This record gives sequence, structure tokens and C-alpha cells, in this order.
Amino acid sequence: MESVTTPAITELRKTPLNAVHRRLGAKMVNFGGWDMPVEYPASGGLVAEHKAVRSGVGVFDVSHMGDIRIHAERTPGGALAAVQYLSMNDASKLAIGQAHYSAMLYPEGTFVDDVIVHRLGEDDYLLVINAGTREKDINWVRENTRSFDCAVEDLSDAYTQLAIQGPRAIDLLHKLTDANLDLIKNYWFTHGTVCGLKNTLIARTGYTGEDGFEIYVSSDAATSEMVWNKVMEAGREFGIIPCGLGARNTLRLESKMALYGHEISDRINVWEAGLDRYCKMDKGDFIGRAGLEQAKAAGLTRALVGLEMVDRGIARDEYCCCNESGEVIGVVTSGSPSPTLGKNIALAYVPPAMTGLGTPIYVQIRTQKCKAQVVATPFYKRPKKTAAPQAAANV
Amino acid sequence: MAYPSNFRYTKEHEWVEVKGDVAAIGITDYAQHELGDVVFVELPKVGEKVVAGKTFGTVESVKAVSDIYSPASGEVIEINDVLHNTPEKINTDPHGAGWLIKVRLANSAELNGLMDTAAYEAYIASQSKEASA
Repeated sequence: MESVTTPAITELRKTPLNAVHRRLGAKMVNFGGWDMPVEYPASGGLVAEHKAVRSGVGVFDVSHMGDIRIHAERTPGGALAAVQYLSMNDASKLAIGQAHYSAMLYPEGTFVDDVIVHRLGEDDYLLVINAGTREKDINWVRENTRSFDCAVEDLSDAYTQLAIQGPRAIDLLHKLTDANLDLIKNYWFTHGTVCGLKNTLIARTGYTGEDGFEIYVSSDAATSEMVWNKVMEAGREFGIIPCGLGARNTLRLESKMALYGHEISDRINVWEAGLDRYCKMDKGDFIGRAGLEQAKAAGLTRALVGLEMVDRGIARDEYCCCNESGEVIGVVTSGSPSPTLGKNIALAYVPPAMTGLGTPIYVQIRTQKCKAQVVATPFYKRPKKTAAPQAAANV
Repeated sequence: MAYPSNFRYTKEHEWVEVKGDVAAIGITDYAQHELGDVVFVELPKVGEKVVAGKTFGTVESVKAVSDIYSPASGEVIEINDVLHNTPEKINTDPHGAGWLIKVRLANSAELNGLMDTAAYEAYIASQSKEASA
């Protein structure tokens, strides 16, 4: 059978916790030029990690992601103006301590990258971006903010970022911080002392569809390992296990969260991706706005839908989608078994006429066309907890 | 897990157990560990022909699809269809209950180039070393 893992190459980038992952016997993979853990077989592997996040808590090293700070230089308001120009969502609606999902677009209205924008201060923003697009994004930001009065800092290497995700994440983190986590609503953040480290960014964000927090600590190996070990220790009573990119993918897929290069890319626009609600066309001009107007006027030729396999078979990334006549009419962007649902699910681009719930779509799986049907998304929604206050994540 | 001494092994991590002119074929413990939890198996039908060096089916984990290559040519006389509903047998007992197909060999000489236990163990040791470099 073909090899499923990539041997480590010295040119691959490593996060500060690389040695920890290898010590834990993680299966490593090349993800966007980074040597990252895909799963940890010793503690159960992908399915166990996925289930731990849905039922208890898991921890991910996501330090490969990037961080760009945009803050005012001389004129107050320079940073906001720059962010508003770069980002499609309305950053003027963010309170200090609030974050939202957004994207940076090309003039055509297609994606440079998706991003979480955090308002750190009066005129001070942190953009958290994808690992694989770090260099492209920082260049894009620098190029496009030249005429704005703001300073742009690439802080990507400054942080080790841990995502602590699951219904027990808050209980775990309570043991490690003095910050009042109950006051941090979904998509809000604070700074507090975590594991004795002052002024640590604690954000109630994540990429799993569960409650959880992402913490940003100093990227030196000693600090990073100390925090990782304390998180693992604090999580022991909640059944914590380390989680890799494999589970990260199945979790975000079930929650219908986009992955750059799959559901969003430089060839896909906001309307096709179904991310309208994060795009504030009326807020003023931004890169991509004109392109999106044109695209809207021209009409949609494809749209993103959720699929559930009906026939036996697993739809996977890049498999073709066909209609009943066997003609290729679309493509799977992400597909996998769903550990929570026990079904095989996928996201796919299909013609707008075929987006109705229950529409049969045939996925080409090697030599066979296997029947799937369009289903509602997200495939999974976490149960509502009466305790956790839900602020509007759709700012 | 031990690699049975009466089996022969391929570079693609399949094992073969020959009894007369019938060969049982499966994937090795090394292969199942690389793959992770098996969730889906696609096997040929009884009566189909398999060809040495060509794929005859797939074994899938959540993360990956792995084509399975036949070490020899012949006709499929039996398939392990419990794997339909319990694919995890490939993880728990890859050399036994996790067998995939049985083939009536067209030319048993095709198996001459395969590795024995010692050679296979040395082979996977060298693979693991590369992987952790």
C-alpha cells in the first residue's frame, strides 16, 4: 500500500513544541511546509482525539498559524482604516476585546485568506491567519496598507498558540488562570495571567465547533513546553489527550468551517463560498468589493453544499461530483468519515440548481459513481449550554 | 506484533500466506499502524482476477485511502466480507482475522522475490528511521 506519512525533511518549519509531539510518538506530516502532528497513536489516534474534543477536552498546537498586528502610528484611526480596507467584515463594529471572522479578498472578490480579526485596543488589531499563507498574507497586508497611517508587525514567530477545545475547556483553563473566563463570551478575548505568565491573550475562539479557548504564549521552547505540560496536567481529570491536524480537520468539517485551499481560495468568491454574512458590502470600500458587486450581478454559477453519502463509499477532497446522467457538474472540496455522526460527509461545489436539500449528487469514487445527497449544514451543532453566554459571533 | 515466519512480505506492506496453490493476502501490522483506525475496505468480487503489482482494492482510514497491491496473479476465490461491518479487524489482527482475500495462484513463482520475516523487519526498521529523521 502507498505510504501515508511524509518523512521529516530538514527544510520543514517546526513549531516550538515539535520535540514534544515527537516525544509523544505523534505521526508527523508536512502541512503547508510545517512538520506537524496529524495524530497521536499512543493516546488513541484521530477518532479518539475527535471524540475527546466533542465530549471532554483536547489540546492542539496551532503555533504554525500567523499573527499580524496592525496598530495606529501617528493618526488615531489609521489602523481601523487599514483593516477596513483589507478585511470584508466591519471592524468598526468590534469593541475592544472582541473578535470576528472575516477574510481578505483579491479585487475579484476571491480569497487571499480567511482571518480572525481581534480588536486589541483603541486603534490596535490582531489578525490571526493561516499557516500556509503566512508570507503571502504579510506581503499583502504591507503592500495594501502603504497609504494608511499604521504600523504592521509580523508577530507570527512570537507566539506559541494552543487551542484548548471541548465542553470542559473552560474548567481546564480555570485551573491555570486568574482571568474570569465566564465573562468572556464566544468570540471575545481578554488578557490575563496563564500558568504564571502575565498578560497572556486568552480568546474564546476555535476551529472545532465546540466551546474552547486559544491562548497565545511566548514562543521560546521552555515557556511553550511548560504551558503544554500544565495544560495536559490540568486536563487529565477531564480526559484530555493531545490532538493533531487529522482531528482538527474532521472537527471543523462537521461544523462546516472553511479550510483555505478547499472551500475558499483565490479562485472562489465570497458568494460561492456562502460567506455572505461576514461580508459587509455597505460598510464602505474594501479590496474586493467591486469584484463582488460584479459577481453578484453576473449571478452564481456554483455554490457550496453539504453532502452525506447514501451509497457505501467515502467522498474525499477533489473527487468529482456528477449528476444522474453521469456528467461532471462539481467537485468535493473536503470529504471524510464523520466520527461524531458515523456517516461519510463532504462539502462540495455544485450548480445552484442542485443545492436543494435531498438533491442526489453522484461522487466519482475511483471506478464507481456513488450516490450522495445534499444535506443541511453544519452537519453538527454543539448542544446549547445554558451557562455559556453566546454573544453574536456574526459581527 | 510478530511477523509470522511462514508469511512472505512485499515492499508495499502486504503479506502472503501460501497453502498449496492458494494464497491468503493481507496488510501487515506496520501498514495498519501507519494507516490508523480502518473505517472502510473495498475488496474485489469472488471470481475476479488479480494481477501481480496491480491494485485490487483499498483500505481506508479516516484520513487516508490506501491502494492494496496484489503480490501475485490469480483468481479471487474468497474474500473476508466480515470486514464490511468490522473493518477494525485489520487493526486488531492484521495477520489473522484481518486477512483480505484468498487467491488461487496463476504462477506461484511470482512470489519468489518477496521478503521473509527477517528481511521485512529490517526493511520496516529502515523505513521508520527515515521517517523520524
